Amino acid sequence: MSYSKKVIDHYENPRNVGSFDGTDSTVGSGMVGAPACGDVMKLQIKVNQRGIIEDARFKTYGCGSAIASSSLVTEWVKGKSLEQAEKIKNIHIAQELELPPVKLHCSILAEDAIKAAIADYKDKNFTH
Amino acid sequence: MKLPIYLDYSATTPIDPRVTEKMMSYMTQDGIFGNPASRSHSFGWQAEKAVDNARNTIAELIGADPREIIFTSGATESDNLAIKGIAYFYSYKGKHIITSKIEHKAVLDTCRYLERKGFQVTYLSPTKSGMIEVEQLENAIRSDTILVSIMHVNNEIGVVQDIASIGELCRQYNVIYHVDGTQSVGKLPIDLRIIQVDLLSFSAHKIYGPKGIGVLYVRRKPRIRLEAQIHGGGHQRGMRSGTLPVHQIIGIGEACRIAKEEMIIEMERVRKLRNLLWNGISIIDSVYVNGSLENSIANILNVSFNYVEGESLIMALKDIAVSSGSACTSASLEPSYVLKALGLNEELAHSSIRFSLGRFTTSEEIQYTIELVRKHISHLREMSPLWEMYQQGIDINSVKWKNS
Repeated sequence: MSYSKKVIDHYENPRNVGSFDGTDSTVGSGMVGAPACGDVMKLQIKVNQRGIIEDARFKTYGCGSAIASSSLVTEWVKGKSLEQAEKIKNIHIAQELELPPVKLHCSILAEDAIKAAIADYKDKNFTH
Repeated sequence: MKLPIYLDYSATTPIDPRVTEKMMSYMTQDGIFGNPASRSHSFGWQAEKAVDNARNTIAELIGADPREIIFTSGATESDNLAIKGIAYFYSYKGKHIITSKIEHKAVLDTCRYLERKGFQVTYLSPTKSGMIEVEQLENAIRSDTILVSIMHVNNEIGVVQDIASIGELCRQYNVIYHVDGTQSVGKLPIDLRIIQVDLLSFSAHKIYGPKGIGVLYVRRKPRIRLEAQIHGGGHQRGMRSGTLPVHQIIGIGEACRIAKEEMIIEMERVRKLRNLLWNGISIIDSVYVNGSLENSIANILNVSFNYVEGESLIMALKDIAVSSGSACTSASLEPSYVLKALGLNEELAHSSIRFSLGRFTTSEEIQYTIELVRKHISHLREMSPLWEMYQQGIDINSVKWKNS
């Protein structure tokens, strides 16, 4: 498997690895994938009172492009509103990282992780 | 020490310089380049003599008669010739074949092909530690069983099967026994005068010989017949036509000579290095041996590192050349069928690494490997949500995963 320089850079120097306290109401957490499929992504966003994502963290179990995809989206969501972050599509991630076709599912998973984290945040803050 | 470190000797080995040196004098005009089938001049006679010598050396390594050695292009061809050749020749007696789920693809795909041609195949499951049980085999033998094909040493996990007992059983039931010995010949002592194996496949490039040459041993007493798969000039008693590649045959002959002389000492040295490696990495939390250390050939160590994924591990270990049971390294998305047959869950199959050591492995290389593995496992686990859950005491199997 030959990866682009961007994938290798994110893999070797992953951005924003870690966890926030999942019970904090300003935090939205998304966990997608399954161990049996070889990929699990956990993405957490911290949202301020103006509805802007001011910080993000990830942990990923998966191949190099899964780690790179999740590392990349933690950079991308920072500073964005929830609406803007929701517009990040797997195709953008795949293009930025020049993912080979067999690795497209990693970018799809990263998009799902953003959506899951936002949904969790909204669930905590808006439905009750 | 040179990087990357080669720890993939079960995939292939470099040619021993003693072997290449000898091969060199069987190619050019000032060497012995003749066609061994040329009966009318000395070029042919010299080549024939060289081939005969190599055949003798190879036969000595495995306790065979030189007339029982058939040269092929490699172990894949040997497996094909053995299984198809027996199936077609003896199909008048029956059409049932028994093999195991952990055979090499050269055996499994050949059996699948024969199923499409009207044969029936039973695929035996191994125990958790990778053994094929003789009782289970005995229960699978039917009145129309013509062939059993069970390997000697498994290429992924290194487990050694009891080919002596299997051979005895097959003889008792009058069933032909083929062994894929690709990972064992030249590494474990094999004496075909004692064990009742009827056909044995192996290749040169796993024992420091050249790629592109292999052997199929075909027993003469009792006589085993097979239907040729490659037709032509009737070379090698009609069992495999094609001009004999003299320099390749010289190569496998020399590789076998060296193996016979050095394998006991070499394998003891390798065993110590393998134990050093295992002692160094087994102190990491949640690391498991696949197969069984006690019942395994000394040069293969297959381990799973829980909570890290195989391909990212291979990327992290880019300074060492190893194989992975993970799907991500192959075009298919299925993890290793061998590890799955042992009953390993998919996560552990995904995170498996096969280290295979050999003639040129040093203790310095093993020390370096240990350090590298420790460092990167801890780095990848810091990044792993599964490791975090494990440390929080969450049972990963009880989690309901989406997308699964």
